[in-house]
Amino acid sequence: MNGIHDMGGMQDMGAIEYAKSEPVFHEVWEGRIYAMSYAVQGTGKLRLGLRPPMEAIPPGEYLRMSYYERWITSVTERLVASDLVTRAEIASGRPEAPNAKTEVALSPAAAVAAQFKIPATRRNVPVAARFQVGQPVRARNIHPVTHTRLPRYARGKAGKIERDHGIFVFADTSVYSAGEKPQHLYSVRFSARELWGDQAPAQDAVYLDLYDDYLEPA
Amino acid sequence: MTTTRRDLLTAALTAAAGATVAPEVGGAPVPDHDHEHDHPIVPSDVALRVKALESLLVAKGLVDGPTLDALVDTYENKVGPRNGARVVAHAWVDREFKARLLADGTSAIGELGYSGNQGADIRVVENTEKVHNLVVCTLCSCYPWPVLGLPPVWYKSAPYRSRAVIDPRSVLRELGLELPPDIEVRVWDSTAEQRYLVLPERPAGTGQLGEDALAALVTRDAMIGVAKVEA
Repeated sequence: MNGIHDMGGMQDMGAIEYAKSEPVFHEVWEGRIYAMSYAVQGTGKLRLGLRPPMEAIPPGEYLRMSYYERWITSVTERLVASDLVTRAEIASGRPEAPNAKTEVALSPAAAVAAQFKIPATRRNVPVAARFQVGQPVRARNIHPVTHTRLPRYARGKAGKIERDHGIFVFADTSVYSAGEKPQHLYSVRFSARELWGDQAPAQDAVYLDLYDDYLEPA
Repeated sequence: MTTTRRDLLTAALTAAAGATVAPEVGGAPVPDHDHEHDHPIVPSDVALRVKALESLLVAKGLVDGPTLDALVDTYENKVGPRNGARVVAHAWVDREFKARLLADGTSAIGELGYSGNQGADIRVVENTEKVHNLVVCTLCSCYPWPVLGLPPVWYKSAPYRSRAVIDPRSVLRELGLELPPDIEVRVWDSTAEQRYLVLPERPAGTGQLGEDALAALVTRDAMIGVAKVEA
């Protein structure tokens, strides 16, 4: 989606509000919403990824919200989309039916163990690579209205395959539980001048990890 | 004038947000919240909404309190940039480890016991006198959790995400790092499957230091690529 989240290359967003060190969670609720997200995700019952609901937040709201406020939206929408809670329950803060316990909550040990396990988006299946290292490619000029990991600033631009990372599930479909479509993921080098014109230093570059489906031969 | 325009935009956004705030994002109604007032960046009812959501999920058996405590504790106290600093210091003193780290970051980092969520595949990129690497996630907040923990606010902010790809040198200058014009700047826009850790240059004059002392010099910022390691 060509949303506000896809902000690479935008200008006039202001100075970076840098802090040399800061607490991991600035407020207690930030830690709680982060933990709820992973505790529920660990049950395997969520059918929607973290990012699509955040990307659907209207631009004005998105910019106003803090990072973990967006997570509240995300966790809520994922729970509803996965039929785990209803909007009425969110509004009331109480289960609609008594004895509504599903008994799937992860134990503390299981939830923490899941944080140290390698999560599986890499797939060990035979899928041919459409491109080779060193090959010139072009990022396709596509504008899906759904989740994509091909930023706008790279679309239609020419680059070169720098590394083949192997085979991964295709996020554009997998985040909606709409199929894994495993395919090669490549590191693609785009020269800064190809992306931003002659104002950019000739030797600088941006590297993006792009799926086979995002690319065409150049 | 940039500041004037931004002030206008901020005012417009705040007004727009005030008109649509809580119900749009699915929050529980808050009893004392029926008055007119200006919302700060984080509305004061957020903590209550999160608490209400937690109560609901506990009542439904989807989460329980001690599990949430344990998850918070993991990233507040156990996983953070000290992990990455140990990786960097080890690479500085062990040439073979460094070669493995640059060839297959995930495996080499695993040798030191670090792996897990939001870091299944970690690539390590090396700063040299000719190349400077900088990591960003323009679309969201991708970051190598097993070695750096959770990302700081500025890393997830619009100014950093928007500008790091189009004008990395101004970002670095703003954060106090002026690079020579002839150095090659490589920006790694991390879109999710691969996470990036910068291997900074070992500062001069540290030949006598052991691995622990070296690790103490390595900062989070140097491993994101917005600073150098100082002796």
